[in-house]
Amino acid sequence: MANENQNSSNLMPLILAWGLVGIPLAWGVIQTIQNAMKLFQ
Amino acid sequence: MALLPILDRTHTIAKPGFSRWMVPPAALCIHLCIGQAYAFSVFNLPMTKLIGITASAPDDWKLTDLGWIFSIAIFVLGTSAAIFGRWVEEGGPRQAMFMSGLCWAVGFFISAIGVYVHNLWIVYLGYGVFGGIGLGLGYISPVSTLIKWFPDRPGMATGMAIMGFGGAAFIASPLSVWLMARFSTATHVGVAEAFVSLGVIYLIFMWIGAAIVRVPAPGWKPEGYTPPVVEQKLITKNDVYVYDAIKTPQFWLIWWVLCLNVTAGIGVLGQASAMSQEMFPGKVSVVAAAGFVGLLSLFNMLGRFFWASTSDYIGRKNTYFCFFALGTALYCLVPWTGSIGSVPLFVLCFVVIMSMYGGGFATVPAYLKDMFGTRYVGAIHGWLITAWSAAGVFGPVLVNYIRQYQIDSGVPKAQAYNVTMFIMAGLLVIGFLCNLMIKAVDRRFHMKSDHEAVRGQVAIDAAGQPAGA
Repeated sequence: MANENQNSSNLMPLILAWGLVGIPLAWGVIQTIQNAMKLFQ
Repeated sequence: MALLPILDRTHTIAKPGFSRWMVPPAALCIHLCIGQAYAFSVFNLPMTKLIGITASAPDDWKLTDLGWIFSIAIFVLGTSAAIFGRWVEEGGPRQAMFMSGLCWAVGFFISAIGVYVHNLWIVYLGYGVFGGIGLGLGYISPVSTLIKWFPDRPGMATGMAIMGFGGAAFIASPLSVWLMARFSTATHVGVAEAFVSLGVIYLIFMWIGAAIVRVPAPGWKPEGYTPPVVEQKLITKNDVYVYDAIKTPQFWLIWWVLCLNVTAGIGVLGQASAMSQEMFPGKVSVVAAAGFVGLLSLFNMLGRFFWASTSDYIGRKNTYFCFFALGTALYCLVPWTGSIGSVPLFVLCFVVIMSMYGGGFATVPAYLKDMFGTRYVGAIHGWLITAWSAAGVFGPVLVNYIRQYQIDSGVPKAQAYNVTMFIMAGLLVIGFLCNLMIKAVDRRFHMKSDHEAVRGQVAIDAAGQPAGA
């Protein structure tokens, strides 16, 4: 039980940290792909 | 010497239970901000209309003068990374990230003043000098920390951070355009306000990265990881002091390897839009060319992660052999794709070339670690970044001048890039030879005593317990 609590308390900062950098980056990549598609239209 | 005790290396030693996977996002917080430099050109056109608003007035700044802002920043990046490399390495990543964030944000604030009072020299000082120092400190600050946290996958770890530098423009570009639109009025271009906003956003983001980052306790290793027992010729277990490293032929060979790889890529990156339109007249529109540039940036970013991770399996030297051999073949193919009018093949050649351009940046920290050990890898990397500054001058000059010379000699625009492509291929052949000559560092350059272990033990004694997994 204690181990489970420790795992979940470790997981939350990881999700937050990766979300902080991953979400803006993913948004930027999607925007770029949408623009790049014009090359093949 | 620490600026504040909390920024000091001893205060950043990880406590038990700290996950090493927290460190890449900390590094990305820095690189996703400083990589904005790649998107700085979105401000160029608006800054030529600060007085005229809808069109350039006679007193407005010229594009050629504005181009110096980026050039100064890249030059200062290289020199500051070299000068402050040892300070970054010895002071620890948090202190360097903190200072990087401060310099980067102050650079934007000073530039905003420069725009407000319409004095370009203030912008040169702000973005060029202060921003350049922020770039230099930020670029190298997380490198050695990541290598120490990921001794099993150093290429992948540094590739992840440096991928952020390549990907930052994807965020900065639309964000900057949106901010300028938000603050623009019929009588005012919102560049200064956009600079202030970006400065605040980046300062917060980079300081979050500085707060998250931790260094492993000396002697820490990932759970289940056992360092390879079999001696590998090109992976040293010794450390080389930064100022000894730059005396070795290996350092300068890697310097040329990076410089030539970057020269070949950066020249094309700067001319990609014009080149695609001129090589395929009527087939590639302005909008499609912009899409092509975006695609190149995307592969520049993805290549950083892909190639650096691949280097963990095939070795750094072999990875660079791939860049130079495959790059040479692809550059030689580009004129042929133009002659048969095949846009998809042309695009395919360049996306692979760009992936290797990014891969060159991302793989080099692990190459340095293999050659010179982990102790001063960040500082040595700082010196190596001067190769980027040099390539930033050589590459565009080479492409622009050869193209112009060809056109002046009567060569049709569609074929004006052919000679350039063959010259780029030639540069990559030289790079291949430089890479071929790289051998293990002579043992006389190895550090004699292990200062790190001694200092680390003091740090552990001060902090209490060693770090966890």
